[in-house]
Amino acid sequence: MLPAELEAIPAIGELARWDPSVITEGRLERGELTLVIEPAAILRVCQYLKERGFLRLSSVTAVDWHPSRPRFEVVYHLHSLETNQRVRLKCRLDEPAEIDSVTGVWRAADWYEREVWDLFGIRFRNHPNLRRILLPEDWTEHPLRKDFPVHGRRYDYAEEEA
Amino acid sequence: MGGKPEDTAPGEAAGAAPRRLTLNMGPQHPSTHGVLRLVLDLDGETVVRAEPEIGFLHTGIEKEFEQKFYQQGVTLTDRVDYLAPLSNNLCYCLAVEKLLGLEIPPPAQWVRVMLTELTRLNSHLVWLGTHALDVGAMSVFLYCFREREDILRIFEMFSGQRMMTSYFRIGGLALEPPRGWHHAVKRFIEAFPCKVDEYEELLTRNPIWLQRTRGIAQVPLADLLDLGVTGPMLRAAGLAWDIRKAEPYSSYEKFDFEIPTRQESDVYARYQVRVEEMRQSARIVRQALEGMPSGRYVADAPEVVLPDREKMKTEMEALIYHFKIVTGGFRVPAGEVYQAIESPRGELAYYVVSDGSSKPWRVYMRTPSFGNLQCLPRMLEGGLIADVVAGLGSLDFVLGDVDR
Repeated sequence: MLPAELEAIPAIGELARWDPSVITEGRLERGELTLVIEPAAILRVCQYLKERGFLRLSSVTAVDWHPSRPRFEVVYHLHSLETNQRVRLKCRLDEPAEIDSVTGVWRAADWYEREVWDLFGIRFRNHPNLRRILLPEDWTEHPLRKDFPVHGRRYDYAEEEA
Repeated sequence: MGGKPEDTAPGEAAGAAPRRLTLNMGPQHPSTHGVLRLVLDLDGETVVRAEPEIGFLHTGIEKEFEQKFYQQGVTLTDRVDYLAPLSNNLCYCLAVEKLLGLEIPPPAQWVRVMLTELTRLNSHLVWLGTHALDVGAMSVFLYCFREREDILRIFEMFSGQRMMTSYFRIGGLALEPPRGWHHAVKRFIEAFPCKVDEYEELLTRNPIWLQRTRGIAQVPLADLLDLGVTGPMLRAAGLAWDIRKAEPYSSYEKFDFEIPTRQESDVYARYQVRVEEMRQSARIVRQALEGMPSGRYVADAPEVVLPDREKMKTEMEALIYHFKIVTGGFRVPAGEVYQAIESPRGELAYYVVSDGSSKPWRVYMRTPSFGNLQCLPRMLEGGLIADVVAGLGSLDFVLGDVDR
Protein backbone atom coordinates (compact mmCIF):
# COMPACT_ATOMS: atom_id res chain seq x y z
CA MET A 1 0.00 0.00 0.00
CA LEU A 2 1.34 3.41 -0.93
CA PRO A 3 1.44 6.39 1.42
CA ALA A 4 -1.44 8.82 0.83
CA GLU A 5 0.84 11.58 -0.43
CA LEU A 6 1.95 9.33 -3.29
CA GLU A 7 -1.60 8.24 -4.11
CA ALA A 8 -2.37 11.91 -4.63
CA ILE A 9 0.04 12.16 -7.59
CA PRO A 10 -2.21 11.34 -10.57
CA ALA A 11 -0.04 8.99 -12.65
CA ILE A 12 1.29 7.18 -9.58
CA GLY A 13 -2.10 6.70 -7.96
CA GLU A 14 -3.45 5.33 -11.24
CA LEU A 15 -0.51 2.97 -11.53
CA ALA A 16 -1.08 1.65 -8.01
CA ARG A 17 -4.77 1.02 -8.74
CA TRP A 18 -4.06 -0.47 -12.19
CA ASP A 19 -1.98 -3.25 -10.72
CA PRO A 20 -1.26 -3.10 -6.99
CA SER A 21 1.17 -6.02 -7.17
CA VAL A 22 3.83 -4.21 -9.23
CA ILE A 23 4.82 -1.65 -6.59
CA THR A 24 6.48 -3.22 -3.58
CA GLU A 25 7.45 0.03 -1.88
CA GLY A 26 6.98 3.74 -2.41
CA ARG A 27 8.32 6.80 -0.64
CA LEU A 28 8.75 10.52 -0.95
CA GLU A 29 12.08 11.65 0.48
CA ARG A 30 13.64 15.11 0.16
CA GLY A 31 10.94 15.87 -2.39
CA GLU A 32 12.01 12.93 -4.56
CA LEU A 33 9.64 10.16 -5.47
CA THR A 34 10.92 6.58 -5.39
CA LEU A 35 8.98 3.46 -6.35
CA VAL A 36 10.40 -0.02 -5.92
CA ILE A 37 9.04 -2.14 -8.74
CA GLU A 38 8.75 -5.89 -9.05
CA PRO A 39 11.56 -6.71 -11.57
CA ALA A 40 9.33 -8.94 -13.68
CA ALA A 41 6.90 -6.04 -14.20
CA ILE A 42 9.37 -3.32 -15.17
CA LEU A 43 8.53 -3.35 -18.86
CA ARG A 44 4.77 -3.08 -18.23
CA VAL A 45 5.23 -0.32 -15.68
CA CYS A 46 7.47 1.72 -17.98
CA GLN A 47 5.03 1.33 -20.85
CA TYR A 48 2.18 2.41 -18.59
CA LEU A 49 4.02 5.47 -17.28
CA LYS A 50 5.15 6.52 -20.72
CA GLU A 51 1.56 6.51 -21.92
CA ARG A 52 0.73 8.75 -18.96
CA GLY A 53 3.17 11.49 -19.86
CA PHE A 54 6.58 10.25 -18.78
CA LEU A 55 8.02 10.87 -22.22
CA ARG A 56 11.59 11.26 -21.05
CA LEU A 57 13.82 8.56 -19.72
CA SER A 58 16.46 10.64 -18.01
CA SER A 59 18.85 7.81 -17.17
CA VAL A 60 19.28 4.17 -16.27
CA THR A 61 21.96 3.17 -13.82
CA ALA A 62 22.64 0.65 -11.07
CA VAL A 63 23.89 0.43 -7.51
CA ASP A 64 25.84 -2.54 -6.16
CA TRP A 65 25.02 -3.26 -2.49
CA HIS A 66 27.55 -6.09 -2.17
CA PRO A 67 27.75 -7.95 0.23
CA SER A 68 24.08 -7.26 1.08
CA ARG A 69 21.30 -9.18 -0.58
CA PRO A 70 19.65 -8.66 -3.02
CA ARG A 71 22.84 -7.38 -4.48
CA PHE A 72 21.86 -4.95 -7.24
CA GLU A 73 19.45 -2.12 -7.72
CA VAL A 74 18.69 -1.00 -11.26
CA VAL A 75 17.58 2.61 -11.09
CA TYR A 76 15.48 4.39 -13.74
CA HIS A 77 14.88 8.12 -13.64
CA LEU A 78 11.78 9.21 -15.51
CA HIS A 79 10.55 12.70 -16.18
CA SER A 80 7.22 14.03 -17.33
CA LEU A 81 7.43 17.34 -19.17
CA GLU A 82 3.69 17.99 -18.86
CA THR A 83 3.54 17.89 -15.08
CA ASN A 84 7.25 18.48 -14.46
CA GLN A 85 7.25 15.41 -12.27
CA ARG A 86 10.26 13.16 -11.78
CA VAL A 87 10.03 9.60 -10.59
CA ARG A 88 12.69 7.09 -9.69
CA LEU A 89 11.96 3.42 -10.34
CA LYS A 90 14.06 0.77 -8.68
CA CYS A 91 14.30 -2.94 -9.26
CA ARG A 92 16.15 -5.15 -6.81
CA LEU A 93 18.01 -8.02 -8.43
CA ASP A 94 20.23 -10.81 -7.27
CA GLU A 95 22.88 -12.72 -9.16
CA PRO A 96 22.71 -13.80 -11.91
CA ALA A 97 21.21 -10.35 -12.52
CA GLU A 98 18.91 -10.13 -15.49
CA ILE A 99 16.00 -7.85 -16.30
CA ASP A 100 13.85 -6.90 -19.29
CA SER A 101 15.20 -4.16 -21.49
CA VAL A 102 13.08 -1.03 -21.84
CA THR A 103 14.58 -0.05 -25.21
CA GLY A 104 11.20 -0.82 -26.74
CA VAL A 105 9.63 1.92 -24.62
CA TRP A 106 12.30 4.60 -24.98
CA ARG A 107 15.07 4.27 -27.52
CA ALA A 108 17.19 6.31 -25.11
CA ALA A 109 17.54 3.23 -22.91
CA ASP A 110 19.87 1.62 -25.46
CA TRP A 111 23.16 3.18 -24.38
CA TYR A 112 22.22 3.42 -20.71
CA GLU A 113 21.53 -0.29 -20.52
CA ARG A 114 24.70 -1.08 -22.39
CA GLU A 115 26.59 1.00 -19.86
CA VAL A 116 24.99 -0.85 -16.93
CA TRP A 117 25.89 -4.17 -18.56
CA ASP A 118 29.43 -2.96 -19.15
CA LEU A 119 30.11 -1.62 -15.66
CA PHE A 120 27.91 -3.87 -13.48
CA GLY A 121 27.35 -7.00 -15.53
CA ILE A 122 23.56 -6.85 -15.37
CA ARG A 123 21.98 -8.41 -18.44
CA PHE A 124 19.04 -6.85 -20.23
CA ARG A 125 16.75 -9.32 -21.94
CA ASN A 126 15.77 -8.47 -25.52
CA HIS A 127 18.22 -5.61 -25.79
CA PRO A 128 18.98 -5.22 -29.51
CA ASN A 129 22.72 -4.73 -29.11
CA LEU A 130 23.99 -5.62 -25.65
CA ARG A 131 27.71 -5.00 -26.16
CA ARG A 132 30.24 -3.21 -24.00
CA ILE A 133 30.13 0.51 -24.55
CA LEU A 134 32.83 2.21 -22.48
CA LEU A 135 35.38 -0.56 -21.92
CA PRO A 136 37.26 -2.47 -24.61
CA GLU A 137 35.40 -5.41 -26.11
CA ASP A 138 37.90 -7.96 -24.74
CA TRP A 139 37.53 -6.78 -21.15
CA THR A 140 36.29 -9.57 -18.92
CA GLU A 141 35.04 -7.97 -15.71
CA HIS A 142 32.62 -5.30 -14.55
CA PRO A 143 34.56 -2.59 -12.70
CA LEU A 144 31.78 -0.75 -10.87
CA ARG A 145 31.02 -3.86 -8.84
CA LYS A 146 32.13 -3.39 -5.28
CA ASP A 147 34.34 -6.48 -5.34
CA PHE A 148 36.41 -5.10 -8.21
CA PRO A 149 39.52 -3.40 -6.75
CA VAL A 150 39.82 0.31 -7.49
CA HIS A 151 43.39 -0.12 -8.75
CA GLY A 152 42.34 -2.88 -11.11
CA ARG A 153 43.92 -6.30 -11.41
CA ARG A 154 47.64 -6.84 -11.80
CA TYR A 155 48.30 -7.74 -15.40
CA ASP A 156 50.09 -11.01 -16.02
CA TYR A 157 51.96 -11.35 -19.31
CA ALA A 158 52.27 -15.10 -18.86
CA GLU A 159 48.51 -15.39 -19.26
CA GLU A 160 48.70 -13.50 -22.51
CA GLU A 161 51.17 -16.04 -23.91
CA ALA A 162 49.05 -18.93 -22.74
CA MET B 1 39.12 12.02 -43.18
CA GLY B 2 41.52 9.12 -43.09
CA GLY B 3 39.30 6.40 -44.48
CA LYS B 4 39.97 3.23 -46.33
CA PRO B 5 37.62 1.31 -48.57
CA GLU B 6 36.74 -2.08 -47.22
CA ASP B 7 35.65 -5.18 -49.06
CA THR B 8 32.64 -4.83 -51.24
CA ALA B 9 29.86 -7.33 -50.83
CA PRO B 10 30.55 -10.63 -52.62
CA GLY B 11 29.35 -10.70 -56.18
CA GLU B 12 29.50 -6.92 -56.47
CA ALA B 13 31.54 -6.18 -59.55
CA ALA B 14 33.36 -2.91 -60.03
CA GLY B 15 31.33 -0.48 -62.06
CA ALA B 16 28.07 -2.34 -61.47
CA ALA B 17 25.64 -1.39 -58.68
CA PRO B 18 26.78 1.53 -56.48
CA ARG B 19 29.49 0.34 -54.13
CA ARG B 20 29.09 0.50 -50.39
CA LEU B 21 32.00 2.15 -48.69
CA THR B 22 32.73 1.85 -45.00
CA LEU B 23 34.53 4.88 -43.76
CA ASN B 24 36.24 5.09 -40.42
CA MET B 25 36.19 8.61 -38.98
CA GLY B 26 38.25 9.21 -35.89
CA PRO B 27 39.00 8.59 -33.06
CA GLN B 28 41.71 11.12 -33.87
CA HIS B 29 39.86 13.55 -36.04
CA PRO B 30 39.84 17.28 -35.35
CA SER B 31 36.12 17.74 -35.80
CA THR B 32 35.19 14.99 -33.36
CA HIS B 33 36.40 17.29 -30.57
CA GLY B 34 38.11 14.65 -28.53
CA VAL B 35 38.21 10.98 -29.25
CA LEU B 36 35.00 9.84 -30.90
CA ARG B 37 35.07 7.16 -33.52
CA LEU B 38 32.40 7.06 -36.17
CA VAL B 39 31.88 4.17 -38.53
CA LEU B 40 30.06 5.44 -41.60
CA ASP B 41 28.56 3.30 -44.32
CA LEU B 42 28.31 5.30 -47.50
CA ASP B 43 26.35 4.83 -50.66
CA GLY B 44 27.98 7.33 -52.98
CA GLU B 45 27.88 10.49 -50.90
CA THR B 46 24.91 9.48 -48.78
CA VAL B 47 25.39 8.19 -45.27
CA VAL B 48 23.48 4.93 -44.97
CA ARG B 49 24.56 3.99 -41.48
CA ALA B 50 26.44 5.89 -38.82
CA GLU B 51 27.65 4.20 -35.70
CA PRO B 52 29.41 6.08 -32.92
CA GLU B 53 32.02 4.20 -30.90
CA ILE B 54 32.76 5.77 -27.54
CA GLY B 55 34.76 4.96 -24.44
CA PHE B 56 38.22 6.11 -25.52
CA LEU B 57 38.26 8.65 -22.71
CA HIS B 58 36.75 6.46 -20.00
CA THR B 59 38.62 7.11 -16.77
CA GLY B 60 36.46 5.36 -14.18
CA ILE B 61 35.63 8.58 -12.35
CA GLU B 62 32.48 7.06 -10.84
CA LYS B 63 34.56 4.32 -9.23
CA GLU B 64 37.03 6.86 -7.91
CA PHE B 65 34.26 8.84 -6.22
CA GLU B 66 33.63 5.86 -3.96
CA GLN B 67 37.18 6.06 -2.57
CA LYS B 68 37.15 9.73 -1.68
CA PHE B 69 35.59 11.85 1.04
CA TYR B 70 32.64 13.86 -0.17
CA GLN B 71 34.55 17.12 -0.27
CA GLN B 72 37.46 15.56 -2.19
CA GLY B 73 35.00 14.46 -4.85
CA VAL B 74 34.56 18.06 -6.00
CA THR B 75 37.92 17.96 -7.76
CA LEU B 76 36.77 14.96 -9.80
CA THR B 77 33.72 16.76 -11.11
CA ASP B 78 35.84 19.37 -12.90
CA ARG B 79 37.41 16.73 -15.02
CA VAL B 80 34.21 15.31 -16.44
CA ASP B 81 33.05 18.11 -18.69
CA TYR B 82 36.20 20.14 -19.00
CA LEU B 83 34.47 22.97 -20.81
CA ALA B 84 31.94 23.47 -18.03
CA PRO B 85 33.78 22.60 -14.79
CA LEU B 86 31.75 24.94 -12.62
CA SER B 87 28.42 23.49 -13.77
CA ASN B 88 29.66 20.10 -12.62
CA ASN B 89 30.96 21.52 -9.33
CA LEU B 90 27.59 23.09 -8.74
CA CYS B 91 25.53 20.02 -9.54
CA TYR B 92 27.57 17.75 -7.27
CA CYS B 93 27.60 20.26 -4.41
CA LEU B 94 23.84 20.78 -4.68
CA ALA B 95 23.26 17.03 -4.54
CA VAL B 96 25.39 16.50 -1.43
CA GLU B 97 24.01 19.64 0.22
CA LYS B 98 20.51 18.28 -0.35
CA LEU B 99 21.51 15.05 1.41
CA LEU B 100 23.02 17.02 4.28
CA GLY B 101 20.10 19.46 4.41
CA LEU B 102 22.47 22.42 4.28
CA GLU B 103 21.24 25.96 3.80
CA ILE B 104 23.58 27.97 1.55
CA PRO B 105 23.71 31.71 2.24
CA PRO B 106 22.44 33.99 -0.56
CA PRO B 107 25.80 35.59 -1.49
CA ALA B 108 27.27 32.15 -2.20
CA GLN B 109 24.22 31.20 -4.26
CA TRP B 110 24.48 34.36 -6.30
CA VAL B 111 28.20 33.96 -6.95
CA ARG B 112 27.42 30.40 -8.02
CA VAL B 113 24.79 31.60 -10.47
CA MET B 114 27.08 34.28 -11.85
CA LEU B 115 30.00 31.93 -12.36
CA THR B 116 27.96 29.10 -13.86
CA GLU B 117 26.52 31.55 -16.35
CA LEU B 118 30.04 32.68 -17.22
CA THR B 119 30.80 28.98 -17.63
CA ARG B 120 27.91 28.73 -20.07
CA LEU B 121 29.38 31.62 -22.03
CA ASN B 122 32.78 29.96 -21.93
CA SER B 123 31.38 26.69 -23.20
CA HIS B 124 29.23 28.27 -25.90
CA LEU B 125 32.18 30.35 -27.09
CA VAL B 126 34.36 27.28 -27.53
CA TRP B 127 31.46 25.56 -29.26
CA LEU B 128 30.79 28.47 -31.63
CA GLY B 129 34.46 28.96 -32.48
CA THR B 130 35.18 25.31 -33.20
CA HIS B 131 31.86 24.64 -34.91
CA ALA B 132 32.40 27.55 -37.28
CA LEU B 133 35.96 26.39 -37.86
CA ASP B 134 34.73 22.91 -38.77
CA VAL B 135 32.26 24.34 -41.23
CA GLY B 136 34.94 26.57 -42.75
CA ALA B 137 34.67 29.99 -41.09
CA MET B 138 38.12 30.46 -39.65
CA SER B 139 37.97 33.95 -38.19
CA VAL B 140 35.05 33.32 -35.81
CA PHE B 141 37.34 31.04 -33.82
CA LEU B 142 39.77 33.90 -33.17
CA TYR B 143 36.97 36.20 -32.03
CA CYS B 144 35.45 33.64 -29.69
CA PHE B 145 38.71 32.66 -28.08
CA ARG B 146 39.47 36.32 -27.44
CA GLU B 147 36.44 36.57 -25.13
CA ARG B 148 36.95 33.12 -23.72
CA GLU B 149 40.38 34.21 -22.52
CA ASP B 150 38.75 37.03 -20.54
CA ILE B 151 36.40 34.55 -18.89
CA LEU B 152 39.26 32.23 -18.00
CA ARG B 153 41.06 35.18 -16.41
CA ILE B 154 37.99 35.83 -14.27
CA PHE B 155 37.97 32.16 -13.23
CA GLU B 156 41.64 32.42 -12.37
CA MET B 157 40.98 35.52 -10.32
CA PHE B 158 38.32 33.71 -8.28
CA SER B 159 39.81 30.28 -7.87
CA GLY B 160 43.46 30.44 -8.89
CA GLN B 161 42.72 28.09 -11.79
CA ARG B 162 41.75 28.72 -15.37
CA MET B 163 39.97 25.47 -16.09
CA MET B 164 39.87 22.97 -13.23
CA THR B 165 38.42 25.49 -10.83
CA SER B 166 36.88 23.37 -8.01
CA TYR B 167 35.63 26.68 -6.71
CA PHE B 168 32.26 25.55 -5.40
CA ARG B 169 32.55 23.35 -2.34
CA ILE B 170 30.00 21.51 -0.30
CA GLY B 171 28.71 24.24 1.99
CA GLY B 172 29.52 27.27 -0.15
CA LEU B 173 32.58 28.60 -1.94
CA ALA B 174 36.20 27.52 -1.61
CA LEU B 175 37.45 31.05 -1.03
CA GLU B 176 35.93 34.42 -0.51
CA PRO B 177 35.75 36.25 -3.87
CA PRO B 178 38.92 38.29 -4.43
CA ARG B 179 39.13 42.03 -3.99
CA GLY B 180 38.25 43.90 -7.16
CA TRP B 181 36.30 41.04 -8.74
CA HIS B 182 33.27 43.25 -9.21
CA HIS B 183 35.17 45.59 -11.46
CA ALA B 184 36.62 42.80 -13.61
CA VAL B 185 33.29 41.06 -14.18
CA LYS B 186 31.56 44.35 -14.86
CA ARG B 187 34.08 45.38 -17.49
CA PHE B 188 33.70 42.06 -19.25
CA ILE B 189 29.92 41.87 -19.16
CA GLU B 190 29.40 45.43 -20.40
CA ALA B 191 31.50 44.79 -23.46
CA PHE B 192 30.16 41.31 -24.15
CA PRO B 193 26.83 41.98 -25.96
CA CYS B 194 28.71 43.94 -28.64
CA LYS B 195 31.01 40.97 -29.08
CA VAL B 196 28.03 38.71 -29.72
CA ASP B 197 26.93 41.22 -32.37
CA GLU B 198 30.33 40.76 -33.97
CA TYR B 199 29.94 36.97 -34.18
CA GLU B 200 26.48 37.37 -35.59
CA GLU B 201 27.75 39.80 -38.17
CA LEU B 202 30.19 37.17 -39.34
CA LEU B 203 27.68 34.33 -39.49
CA THR B 204 23.96 35.02 -39.17
CA ARG B 205 23.44 36.31 -42.71
CA ASN B 206 26.58 34.82 -44.23
CA PRO B 207 25.39 32.96 -47.38
CA ILE B 208 27.99 30.19 -47.04
CA TRP B 209 27.09 29.63 -43.39
CA LEU B 210 23.40 29.54 -44.27
CA GLN B 211 23.96 26.99 -47.01
CA ARG B 212 26.03 24.79 -44.75
CA THR B 213 23.60 24.89 -41.81
CA ARG B 214 20.02 25.51 -42.93
CA GLY B 215 17.89 22.41 -43.25
CA ILE B 216 20.88 20.25 -42.30
CA ALA B 217 20.78 17.41 -39.75
CA GLN B 218 17.11 17.91 -38.92
CA VAL B 219 15.55 15.66 -36.30
CA PRO B 220 11.88 15.90 -35.27
CA LEU B 221 11.12 16.77 -31.64
CA ALA B 222 9.43 13.43 -30.91
CA ASP B 223 12.59 11.55 -31.92
CA LEU B 224 14.80 13.83 -29.86
CA LEU B 225 12.70 13.21 -26.77
CA ASP B 226 12.58 9.48 -27.34
CA LEU B 227 16.36 9.36 -27.77
CA GLY B 228 17.00 11.21 -24.52
CA VAL B 229 18.28 14.47 -25.98
CA THR B 230 18.21 17.57 -23.75
CA GLY B 231 19.26 21.20 -23.68
CA PRO B 232 19.70 23.58 -26.63
CA MET B 233 19.01 20.72 -29.05
CA LEU B 234 15.46 20.42 -27.74
CA ARG B 235 14.96 24.16 -27.62
CA ALA B 236 16.00 24.38 -31.27
CA ALA B 237 13.17 21.93 -31.99
CA GLY B 238 10.59 24.13 -30.33
CA LEU B 239 10.39 22.83 -26.76
CA ALA B 240 10.78 25.61 -24.19
CA TRP B 241 12.14 23.44 -21.41
CA ASP B 242 14.98 24.71 -19.30
CA ILE B 243 15.72 23.26 -15.86
CA ARG B 244 16.71 26.71 -14.60
CA LYS B 245 13.04 27.66 -15.02
CA ALA B 246 11.32 24.30 -14.56
CA GLU B 247 13.11 23.23 -11.37
CA PRO B 248 15.00 26.32 -10.18
CA TYR B 249 18.09 25.71 -8.07
CA SER B 250 20.58 28.05 -6.42
CA SER B 251 18.19 31.08 -6.57
CA TYR B 252 17.61 31.00 -10.34
CA GLU B 253 13.97 31.84 -9.67
CA LYS B 254 15.09 35.33 -8.66
CA PHE B 255 16.59 36.09 -12.06
CA ASP B 256 14.85 37.42 -15.08
CA PHE B 257 15.70 35.73 -18.38
CA GLU B 258 14.04 34.08 -21.34
CA ILE B 259 14.25 30.65 -22.89
CA PRO B 260 15.08 31.08 -26.57
CA THR B 261 13.47 28.55 -28.91
CA ARG B 262 13.35 27.84 -32.64
CA GLN B 263 11.17 25.45 -34.61
CA GLU B 264 13.38 24.21 -37.43
CA SER B 265 15.51 21.73 -35.48
CA ASP B 266 18.41 22.08 -37.90
CA VAL B 267 22.02 23.15 -37.46
CA TYR B 268 21.12 26.79 -38.02
CA ALA B 269 18.35 26.75 -35.40
CA ARG B 270 20.77 25.27 -32.86
CA TYR B 271 23.21 28.03 -33.69
CA GLN B 272 20.53 30.67 -33.19
CA VAL B 273 19.41 29.18 -29.88
CA ARG B 274 22.92 29.07 -28.46
CA VAL B 275 23.75 32.59 -29.59
CA GLU B 276 20.58 33.87 -27.96
CA GLU B 277 21.45 31.90 -24.82
CA MET B 278 24.72 33.78 -24.65
CA ARG B 279 22.81 37.05 -24.58
CA GLN B 280 20.49 35.73 -21.88
CA SER B 281 23.41 34.48 -19.79
CA ALA B 282 24.99 37.90 -20.03
CA ARG B 283 21.71 39.32 -18.68
CA ILE B 284 21.82 36.96 -15.73
CA VAL B 285 25.43 37.81 -14.96
CA ARG B 286 24.59 41.50 -14.98
CA GLN B 287 21.64 40.96 -12.62
CA ALA B 288 23.82 38.92 -10.28
CA LEU B 289 26.41 41.66 -10.32
CA GLU B 290 23.95 44.44 -9.60
CA GLY B 291 21.91 42.68 -6.95
CA MET B 292 24.68 40.78 -5.15
CA PRO B 293 23.60 40.35 -1.51
CA SER B 294 26.14 40.71 1.25
CA GLY B 295 26.97 38.22 3.93
CA ARG B 296 28.90 35.03 4.42
CA TYR B 297 30.05 32.81 1.56
CA VAL B 298 29.84 29.53 3.44
CA ALA B 299 27.08 27.79 5.33
CA ASP B 300 26.97 27.84 9.09
CA ALA B 301 27.95 24.21 9.50
CA PRO B 302 31.26 23.79 11.36
CA GLU B 303 31.24 20.01 10.95
CA VAL B 304 31.21 20.34 7.13
CA VAL B 305 32.89 23.62 6.22
CA LEU B 306 36.55 24.15 7.06
CA PRO B 307 36.98 26.86 9.72
CA ASP B 308 38.35 30.27 9.00
CA ARG B 309 42.18 30.19 8.89
CA GLU B 310 42.56 32.81 11.59
CA LYS B 311 40.15 31.05 13.94
CA MET B 312 41.90 27.76 13.38
CA LYS B 313 45.09 29.29 14.75
CA THR B 314 43.49 30.93 17.76
CA GLU B 315 40.54 28.78 18.82
CA MET B 316 40.77 25.22 20.07
CA GLU B 317 37.31 24.25 18.82
CA ALA B 318 38.04 25.44 15.29
CA LEU B 319 41.29 23.50 15.30
CA ILE B 320 39.49 20.31 16.32
CA TYR B 321 36.92 20.71 13.55
CA HIS B 322 39.67 21.37 11.05
CA PHE B 323 41.51 18.24 12.11
CA LYS B 324 38.37 16.12 11.98
CA ILE B 325 37.26 17.31 8.55
CA VAL B 326 40.70 16.94 6.99
CA THR B 327 41.49 13.51 8.40
CA GLY B 328 38.07 11.86 8.37
CA GLY B 329 35.74 13.92 6.21
CA PHE B 330 32.17 14.34 7.40
CA ARG B 331 29.34 11.86 7.60
CA VAL B 332 26.38 12.25 5.26
CA PRO B 333 22.97 10.85 6.28
CA ALA B 334 21.97 7.71 4.40
CA GLY B 335 19.71 8.30 1.44
CA GLU B 336 19.78 9.21 -2.22
CA VAL B 337 19.43 12.34 -4.29
CA TYR B 338 19.03 12.97 -8.01
CA GLN B 339 19.93 16.58 -8.60
CA ALA B 340 19.50 17.93 -12.13
CA ILE B 341 20.74 21.25 -13.45
CA GLU B 342 20.84 22.91 -16.85
CA SER B 343 24.43 22.65 -18.01
CA PRO B 344 25.47 24.37 -21.26
CA ARG B 345 24.77 21.09 -23.04
CA GLY B 346 21.51 20.07 -21.39
CA GLU B 347 20.36 18.10 -18.40
CA LEU B 348 23.26 17.35 -16.09
CA ALA B 349 22.34 15.27 -13.07
CA TYR B 350 24.22 13.72 -10.20
CA TYR B 351 22.70 10.71 -8.51
CA VAL B 352 24.42 10.41 -5.13
CA VAL B 353 23.71 7.43 -2.87
CA SER B 354 24.92 7.60 0.71
CA ASP B 355 25.16 4.73 3.18
CA GLY B 356 25.70 7.12 6.08
CA SER B 357 29.51 7.05 6.00
CA SER B 358 31.96 9.77 4.99
CA LYS B 359 32.43 8.45 1.46
CA PRO B 360 29.68 8.18 -1.15
CA TRP B 361 28.42 4.66 -1.79
CA ARG B 362 27.69 5.50 -5.40
CA VAL B 363 27.89 8.60 -7.57
CA TYR B 364 26.30 8.44 -10.98
CA MET B 365 26.66 11.26 -13.46
CA ARG B 366 23.86 11.68 -15.95
CA THR B 367 25.85 13.72 -18.42
CA PRO B 368 24.15 15.63 -21.22
CA SER B 369 26.75 14.73 -23.85
CA PHE B 370 26.15 10.99 -23.41
CA GLY B 371 22.41 11.43 -23.80
CA ASN B 372 22.70 13.77 -26.76
CA LEU B 373 25.22 11.70 -28.67
CA GLN B 374 22.73 8.86 -28.90
CA CYS B 375 20.76 10.74 -31.53
CA LEU B 376 23.76 10.88 -33.85
CA PRO B 377 22.77 7.94 -36.10
CA ARG B 378 19.24 9.33 -36.43
CA MET B 379 20.70 12.71 -37.32
CA LEU B 380 23.27 11.62 -39.89
CA GLU B 381 21.62 8.70 -41.64
CA GLY B 382 20.16 9.71 -44.96
CA GLY B 383 22.23 12.89 -45.08
CA LEU B 384 25.33 13.70 -47.07
CA ILE B 385 28.86 12.92 -45.98
CA ALA B 386 29.69 16.62 -46.35
CA ASP B 387 27.12 17.44 -43.65
CA VAL B 388 28.46 14.99 -41.07
CA VAL B 389 30.83 17.52 -39.57
CA ALA B 390 28.17 20.23 -39.43
CA GLY B 391 25.79 17.83 -37.67
CA LEU B 392 28.45 16.71 -35.21
CA GLY B 393 29.28 20.29 -34.35
CA SER B 394 25.66 21.19 -33.73
CA LEU B 395 25.42 18.50 -31.03
CA ASP B 396 28.07 20.26 -28.93
CA PHE B 397 29.35 17.25 -27.00
CA VAL B 398 32.45 16.93 -24.90
CA LEU B 399 34.00 13.49 -24.94
CA GLY B 400 35.11 13.66 -21.32
CA ASP B 401 31.46 14.18 -20.52
CA VAL B 402 30.43 11.20 -22.65
CA ASP B 403 32.97 8.66 -21.43
CA ARG B 404 33.53 9.74 -17.82
